[in-house]
Amino acid sequence: MEQKPQATPEDPAKLAQFQARIDAGESIEPKDWMPERYRKQLVRMMSQHAHSEIVGMLPEGNWITRAPSLRRKMSLLAKVQDEAGHGLYIYCGTETLGVDRAELVDQLLDGRAKYSSIFNYPTLSWADIGVIGWLVDGAAIVNQTVLAKASYGPYARAMIRICKEENFHKRQGFEIVATLAAGTPAQQAMVQDAVNRWWWPSLMMFGPSDTDSPNSAELLRWKVKHKTNDELRQRFVNLTVPQAIAVNLTLPDPDLTYNAETKNWEFGEIDWAEFHEVIRGNGPCNRERLAARRAAHENGRWVREAAEAHAAKQRRRSTEAA
Amino acid sequence: MTGPTVAAPRETPPANPLAEFLLRLGDDRLVLGHRLSEWCGHAPILEEDIALANIALDLVGQASAFLAAAGEAEGQGRTDDTLAYFRDEREFRNALLVERPNGDFAVTILRQFLFDAWSVLLLDALKTCGYAPLAAIAAKALKEATYHLRHSSEWVLRLGDGTDESHARAQRALDDLWRFTGELFQTDAVDEAVAGMGIRVDYAALRSRWNDMVSDVVKRATLALPADQPAATGGRRGRHSEYLGHMLAEMQSVARAHPGATW
Ligand SMILES: [Fe+2]
Ligand SMILES: [Fe+2]
Repeated sequence: MEQKPQATPEDPAKLAQFQARIDAGESIEPKDWMPERYRKQLVRMMSQHAHSEIVGMLPEGNWITRAPSLRRKMSLLAKVQDEAGHGLYIYCGTETLGVDRAELVDQLLDGRAKYSSIFNYPTLSWADIGVIGWLVDGAAIVNQTVLAKASYGPYARAMIRICKEENFHKRQGFEIVATLAAGTPAQQAMVQDAVNRWWWPSLMMFGPSDTDSPNSAELLRWKVKHKTNDELRQRFVNLTVPQAIAVNLTLPDPDLTYNAETKNWEFGEIDWAEFHEVIRGNGPCNRERLAARRAAHENGRWVREAAEAHAAKQRRRSTEAA
Repeated sequence: MTGPTVAAPRETPPANPLAEFLLRLGDDRLVLGHRLSEWCGHAPILEEDIALANIALDLVGQASAFLAAAGEAEGQGRTDDTLAYFRDEREFRNALLVERPNGDFAVTILRQFLFDAWSVLLLDALKTCGYAPLAAIAAKALKEATYHLRHSSEWVLRLGDGTDESHARAQRALDDLWRFTGELFQTDAVDEAVAGMGIRVDYAALRSRWNDMVSDVVKRATLALPADQPAATGGRRGRHSEYLGHMLAEMQSVARAHPGATW
């Protein structure tokens, strides 16, 4: 029987040295030696993050053409433009690990790569735009503030830069939410409905529970992550509940209670079956999101080819002229 | 013998030429900005998602400034938002060119290029006009429009002088859009009236400079300038194509479902 080709085991001395650098809080840079597995985990995390920024343009883009005031239209355009910029920036960061963007995009389009499952839910009213800014960008900030201390330098630096903009998105989102919550009865109903639909998917953004998280231990040991999924989820809930109270909105969880001893807002059980279904591709919009990205890619092929052909002609002309 | 009066003027001239002139400037940019924003998330490359959103953002910002000025000139308390969201298609004053559907990327780029070249020249003329609020908006918008023109010109070159397919698509787009360019230079009683207020634009000179700019890029892009053809017009009087109503129905749907609401 033929043996499967096995990854060459890492040199134990190098591995120990690498771990020592991590433990000393040093930042790992692209040219530094790193275990193959570390590289793989980072490519996986960073590309998922970049894909999420890109797919995330779709649910919000759905309301740009219907934004109810010019000011809101402009701030939503600016936000979605920022998200595209984040995607581009993180793709560049991922390229420092030796994978190019075209390959990563292929992985997204053929379904091999994942992206945040939150974007597989539909945006059904204008209020969703506010609630996404508040909850989804809010959850992203909780995640990314910790990732800004990740051991891989390019990722950490990308997170610092991106987090500033996400904070702005969150503020804008909360401002929309607060305006609607103080608005007409129809606006209040609209925003409460949006919160009801986005609350649980936002909690799922932190990933599986620690008891069910296969990558966690390794990522913590390598200081790619500094907190577990459940710790971050709790931090998000603690931050968000008082904000909901401040604008008189309820959260769709009858078990939500404040524990004065732990100072945590304890919450009910997440529907993990739904979480896994959405990840498996069976969420409400998985197919539409991928179809939209594939269509953009296919319809844009002739444009990319034209740009390449033109650049090649220009190069040829300048060498001929030289 | 007297009967019911059936004879009426062919056209009713606008009551407030200054407001009308500002509406035209605002509506061109609102409609084109909206069209560009429809690309968001669907552009051929990520860099273009960013660029098109950025241009859309500039145009909507300019529209907001021009419409606010139109509302002021009108003096009936209408804001930029009231004008954008609570007028029907017959009350919109944009040129027909900007309401053309996005089509493929070549149509979007050629539409943008033809508009940008005109817009840069017009804003450049307006930035020194005698009506200070307009001059200020034009000066700021000109900086943005100059960047937009650079972006669209570069793409016309890439598409025209790229592959056979991109060349064919760019030529088709140019041919299809050409008849909508004449309207950009047409003048009427509104232009005459605002000239008396110090807003004087020499449209004949503008057209000849526009022709030079456009033919230069078209030639370098190895495309052919379409033959002159009868201009499609009507936008300035609110006689639009059937496309605009659908665009406005979408754009205004939330605002109109909640009249009086704050967002
Ligand atoms: Fe982002
Ligand atoms: Fe964001």
